[in-house]
Amino acid sequence: MKIPVMRMREKLVVRVVSRFFIPFILLFGLYVQFHGDFGPGGGFQAGVIFAAAFVLYGLVYGLENLQRVVPWLVLELGSALGLLLYGGVGVASLLLGGNFLDYKVLDSHDPMHGLHLGILLIEFGVGLTVTASMLAIFYAFAGRRTA
Amino acid sequence: MIPIEFLLLGFLAVTAVVIARLDYLFAAAMLTGIFSLLSAGLFTLMDAVDVAFTEAAVGAGVSTVLMLGTLSLTVREERKRPVRFLPFLIVVLTGGALFVGTLDMPAYGDPAAPIHNYLAPDYIAGAEAEFGLPNIVTAILASYRGFDTLGETAVIFTAALGVMALLASGRVGNRVDKK
Repeated sequence: MKIPVMRMREKLVVRVVSRFFIPFILLFGLYVQFHGDFGPGGGFQAGVIFAAAFVLYGLVYGLENLQRVVPWLVLELGSALGLLLYGGVGVASLLLGGNFLDYKVLDSHDPMHGLHLGILLIEFGVGLTVTASMLAIFYAFAGRRTA
Repeated sequence: MIPIEFLLLGFLAVTAVVIARLDYLFAAAMLTGIFSLLSAGLFTLMDAVDVAFTEAAVGAGVSTVLMLGTLSLTVREERKRPVRFLPFLIVVLTGGALFVGTLDMPAYGDPAAPIHNYLAPDYIAGAEAEFGLPNIVTAILASYRGFDTLGETAVIFTAALGVMALLASGRVGNRVDKK
């Protein structure tokens, strides 16, 4: 079977529909990220949804354009920073006199606030690492050319 | 009236068989995306919305794209091979054994099942009282099992690191192997 070769970026319908959808996917990713304590989802789900929006952009508008939006360096830093943030919250709670990842000590007045702050921060760390890692893997695969 | 679960499961089985039978890899890759989407539907019906999210975004989205990306580097047709009987027999036997194994499992959602009576009652009672979090899954992942989640994040980071080191070598600045 032979597939008619037509580049994605030449397809008007795909371009318009994806341009319409991408902001909503990003918004939904943010919602899943920051509403994860109350609704379904959390850092991991938000990260993959967020990355999926960028992957869609890259598929339709080309890898070169996507890499102008999100350069490699951002991914390298982002994937490391997310994990560092997660571990950093643990170390911070150690330094404040609690156990590792004991969020309650993060706020000296109200342990419940500290708890929610800690969960918010580590979920953000997870989201950052997952988004950056997924995109980095996509870049590495899509950036290769057939020999 | 067939319950929607059986309908989805039937579609899932048909998709799996078709993927195994297809020689045309492009269609097989797209069908794995559909397989993931159907699984996500099943997870939603089982109230595992978090898992469904992940399955839909990773299984149907990102991994399908990665598979297509890999296909663009290689051929689209699977090499024709004679049908061999022994592997087929082993697969059928293993699948049959697993199927027989499920007969011994407690019914789906059975409150008396052992897995629901070990730690789960503490989690369910504690998530709201100790953390004030309505989403028990988040309370478990972020707090009760915070160390595990840290480890999982490290695993994802390591995976990205490995792919970067193996596939993106020779990269200078923002350049990715321009044609």
